[in-house]
Parts: sequence; C-alpha cells; structure tokens
Amino acid sequence: MRLSVVDAERCTGCQICMFACTRRLGYAGMGKTAIHIKSVGGMERGLSVVVCRACQDPPCAKVCPEDALTPRKGGGVLLNPSKCTGCGLCRQACIVSAIFWDEEAEKPIICVHCGYCARYCPHGVLALEERRAEVPDAAK
Amino acid sequence: MLPNDPLANVLYVDLSKKRSWVERREDLFEKYFGGAGVAIQLLTENCPAGIDPLTSEAPVVFATGPLDGLFPLGSKTVAMFKSPHTGNLGESHAGGRSAVAIRMAGLGAIVITGANTNPGYLSIEGGKAYFRDATTLWGMSSSVTAGRIIRQNESSSGLRSIMRIGRAGENMVTYADVSTETYRHFGRLGMGAVFGSKKLKAVVVSGNRTLEVADKVAYRTLYDEINTAAVSSPVMKKYHDLGTAENIQPLSALGGLPTRNVQAGHFESAEAISGEHYAEHYLGRRLACSHCPVACIHIAALREPYEDEAYYYKTTMISYDYEPIYALGSMLGLSNPEQVLSLMDEVEVLGLDAMSAGVCMAWATEAMGKGLVTEQDTGGLKLEFGKADSYVAGVEAITSRPNEFWRVLGHGVDAAAARYGGVDFAMAFGGNEMPGYHTGPAGYLGFMLGARHSHLDNAGYAIDQKELTRGLIPAEQLAQKLMNEERWRQVLSSLTVCFFARGIYTPELTLRALAAAGYDLNAEQLAETADAIYRAKFAFKLANGFDFNKLTIPQRVFETPAVVSGFDETYMRRAIAFAANQLTSPRA
Repeated sequence: MRLSVVDAERCTGCQICMFACTRRLGYAGMGKTAIHIKSVGGMERGLSVVVCRACQDPPCAKVCPEDALTPRKGGGVLLNPSKCTGCGLCRQACIVSAIFWDEEAEKPIICVHCGYCARYCPHGVLALEERRAEVPDAAK
Repeated sequence: MLPNDPLANVLYVDLSKKRSWVERREDLFEKYFGGAGVAIQLLTENCPAGIDPLTSEAPVVFATGPLDGLFPLGSKTVAMFKSPHTGNLGESHAGGRSAVAIRMAGLGAIVITGANTNPGYLSIEGGKAYFRDATTLWGMSSSVTAGRIIRQNESSSGLRSIMRIGRAGENMVTYADVSTETYRHFGRLGMGAVFGSKKLKAVVVSGNRTLEVADKVAYRTLYDEINTAAVSSPVMKKYHDLGTAENIQPLSALGGLPTRNVQAGHFESAEAISGEHYAEHYLGRRLACSHCPVACIHIAALREPYEDEAYYYKTTMISYDYEPIYALGSMLGLSNPEQVLSLMDEVEVLGLDAMSAGVCMAWATEAMGKGLVTEQDTGGLKLEFGKADSYVAGVEAITSRPNEFWRVLGHGVDAAAARYGGVDFAMAFGGNEMPGYHTGPAGYLGFMLGARHSHLDNAGYAIDQKELTRGLIPAEQLAQKLMNEERWRQVLSSLTVCFFARGIYTPELTLRALAAAGYDLNAEQLAETADAIYRAKFAFKLANGFDFNKLTIPQRVFETPAVVSGFDETYMRRAIAFAANQLTSPRA
C-alpha cells in the first residue's frame, strides 16, 4: 500500500493532512509532518501536495552513508533513526523534495505510507491504495 | 496553560530602532487565553489614551490562541490597533494561514510599534524579526503583485503568512485593509492605514514546530469528535457549497439586502449576483484557511477579452463573499455579475475594505443625485447607481486622493456627510460603514453596540430574522440579548476559533478543548473571563472617546422597510441607554 495523491486540483490548502501526520505521533502542530501542502506560486494558482511517492528503487536509500534508510515493501523507505546521523544527503537525492526535516530531532522526516492523513482529508485529495504495478513510475 | 507553551511568547518589534525581543507573558495567556482577550490587554498596555492612531508609537497587535495548531477551525488571528477610522478600538480578524503561522513560529502574539524611515517589511521567522527593505514595492499598483514578490524573496513556502497592504494603506485611507494569502483580509477599521503610517508594507510570519498537549490519547479522541462535527455539520456544508454568498437571494427576498444605499431592501437583480449564479458560472476554486475542513473561500475565474486584439484574454481569480457582493453589488445597483467581480478585484488590489468602500460610493452617488456633491467636487466623475465604470474610477480616486472631496471620502461616510450634508443617508454606525444587513432593529443595534461595530460582534441580524419577525421585544431585553452573545464571542475570539464554528464550540466543548491545552476551568470561570474581556474592550473604547450618547442613527434605517420594521428612534435609544448603563458602570 502507498499513499496516493488522487487529485491535487481538489485540494483547498486546509493542511489538515499536515496536522494529522504530526498528531499521529501524539503532538499538535506540524513539526513532524511528512506531507506538505503549498501553493503553486500563490493561492490564486492552486495547490501542490508534496509527499514521498514511494519509489520502487529509492534514490534516497542509495545515498544514505549509514544504511539508515531501507527500501520498504510497496515502495519508499523506512528510517532507522538510531543509525541516522542527520547528514541530510537523502534530502538532496529526492528530486521531488519530499524529504522534510525535523528541526527538533535533526533527522529527516519521510512518509511511511500509513494513510493516517488520508483518513482526514475532507476533499478526496489523498488515498491509501495498492500500487498499480502495471504502470511504472517513469510512465506516470 | 501547559508549562513552556510557546503561546506565551510575545514578540515585541520596534520599527524605529530596528529592534525586537521576546517576553514571556504567561500572566496574560493564562488568564485571557489569547486572541482578543490578550490583544486588548497588549493594546491597552502599549497605546496611551488619546494618542493619534497614525503616529509612530501607536501599536499594532496580532494575537492567536491556545486552540490554533491544535484543533480544526482554530484558524483566526485577532489584530488590534487604535482605529484611524473611528478613533477608538480597532479590532480585525483574519484567517488564511496567519494564525497557524504565528503559532508555528513559536509565538502567541506580536506587538509592533515605531515606524520605518524608508518603506520596509518585516520577516518573522523562528520567533525573530528581520527588517527588510520594501522601497521598490511602495506605490506598486497591485497588492497582489507585491505579495508575489515578497513570496519569492522569502523561504518556508506553505508554512507562512504574508500580511500586506495596498496603495490605500500606503496613502492612509482610514478604511484600508491588510490582506493575507491574497484572499483573506484584516478588514474594517483601517489597520492598513496604520501599516501605511509606519511605512510597513508587509509582515511575513513563518515557522514549523510541534506543540505539546495535556494528554495525547485524549487529545486525539477530542480531535476526532470536533473534526467529525465540523465535516458533518449542515451549516459547514452550506459554507462549503456556496459560501457566504448563499445569503444574497434569501436576504433580498426578505427585504434585508441593502440596495442603492438602502433605498430598498430588495434587489431586483439579486439572482444575477447570487451565490448560486457565481458558483454555476464562475466558481474556479475553493480554498480553506489553515486547519479548516470547510473551505468557505470561493474564487471566481473571470475571463475577459482584450479589446485591442481578437482571441486575446486574461483570466483573473477573484474571491467573492456575501459582504463584498452586497457592498460592491446591490448597494451600488450593479446587476452584471462580471462587473461586480471586476470592481471587487479593483478593491482587492488597492487594499480597501470592501464594505466601507461600497458604502462610501453609495452615499456619494445619492449625494450627487441630490445635488449635495457636484461633478466639480468629484473632478468630473459622474456616479450613477448601476454604472460600474464610474465606481472603478471612484475606488481609484478614494485611494489616490486627488482632491478635497476624495480625501474626505477616504475618511468614511460620516466625515463626508459632515462636510457635504446627507447625514440621513450616511450609512455608518459608530463610525463604521454598515455590513449587508437591513434586517431591522437587532441588526442595527448590533452594529452600534458591538465593540467593533460589526455584524459579527453579536449577530443581531440573526435575531431579527429568527425572533423579531414574530414581534418586537422590549428594547432593554434586546440589548441584553445582543450583549450576551457578544460576551460569549469574546471566548471564541480569544481561543481563537472561527465564528462559523460557533455551533460546534459550545461552552461545554470549549472547556474540554481548553483542557487539552492545559487550562483547567469551569463554566463559571469561563463566563467571568468572557465578561472581563468584553469590559476591557469597552474600557479602551471609552478611554479613547467612544460615547454611547453620540451614536447617530441615519433616518434611512427607519424609512426603508426592512425584514423587521415598526421600530423607531425612541426604541433604539432605550436599548442604547441600557447597554451604556451596563458597560460604563463598574461591574456588579
């Protein structure tokens, strides 16, 4: 299963997904969120959803010098925080800028595709779904 | 409140000395929560009575509350300042990302005093203020463009709020607004002029952090309860589907939609400028304030051809709501929905309060029709109800202030009527131009008795529609109802919760939500705090010249049939006297 952005055009920018992602860990605020909503050059032009798209062969894991990121079944990676030194190389490797930074822990924040945020999205932007294997990443 | 909650951090900024510092103010946030409750204390502390609202030492205060960042619909920032429009309390609320951004920046409030020598903007990041130059942005024709440039110059996309003024604020029109996230506004009462007097083009606030809660499991459970209530509420669905514009047709049908400067309460073209018509033909996008599942912000896509070249178009995204449609539509007799959108867009880029701008133009139109104002006064501009071009030129003239007439009109209808005549149809209450409710005595008393002279202070228009249609009640009883509602709303605007969620945040739920934020209170204590905040606001008003006895009531109110008619000035004065007695005497 992976988190899928079904239709970013439906997004209203409420950021409730961002609050959900942090609340999952028992906090209020947005400091631990692995999904970000930002405008596409101003609110008048709409919004974009930035989140890990669960690469099958994740570049972030390849560059991790400490093997703190391991490929996850279904795509994406899992972070082992005890191995992570906070070097930040993974962020540079992510071309969609979906690796965020936990300023409090000084470690990357990466979506684990649990779908908690999708449960709260009020407008059908997000869904947790089976990877459609027949469509390779490059073709999307 | 919880120990070490960043909410208690107040950032003080002195623009003159280019200095900023943070003080812990648990004393204020523990007692008054945040928002309006804390802002009125910070305003009173930092704004000596009798001060000129446009001098450098006059403060601007922004405050958020304990529920911002914690619960859905905790999405409002309360701004307070001394109003250059009325001379007393300036209080203005806005959403967008402002409240969450301030809270995520690790702050509960911001107090800005002093003035820039050259135009500048403030960037507040991680609880610190950075002073940026804005010389190049000053005088820029569109506030939307200025916002875009600031956006490109600052980091933290998606985690920030950009509160900025347009040319109206720069030129200190006393009803200039401050807009945020392009489409939300700190409107009413002229905070834009206060920014202008400080040569402060914008305030950018950004940050990201976690916030502790009293009990993680209980917090998640309560969150789900509030969120479920919000997404399943019929009221919320109404605001999502058509937005506040849904009220245009019903109000007109009842005779409560102010039309042509309240010469009528029914607008024959209401359907053409209704929420239904805009949604079906122009709605291009909906937006939400941060942490709001409703998304009431409706954005129209207006496609207009260029006249000088075939198949050449521009498409403008324009936010619409009930109030701007009333003020810049029915109030001016405009029945073409596209012309109303264009005028709204013009008002947006100039940075004027839409309601005050519309009411001022409506008064000027009637005054011209009656010969009180001539084309010589207006510099050749002929204002006529239903003629959009003259109004586009008019709002530009209010902003650029080319002669005495437009300068005076830039101080509001009361100032203009005092100079040119026409007080009987100068539709302002407590010095603030009226919102779009010609509903009856509760609506109008609500404007006069409310601390902000806003329909949102006490929702008098709802009392007219729901209760007084069955018959008037004693004036004192009506005043008491309005005051009770306004007193409770001090809690919501201190938490700070959107008033649209007032049906969800009952006193009982409010106490539980406050408990999650570490406040241990009972209902009685909550009511006492509400009363203390309400009274503190009136203490500021009274210390700065507000006088219940000087409230004027334009005769038009009594002449044009409303949703509820049959009330007279004696009735209104009795209600005002009752409120004055309650609010000017020491607490019982």
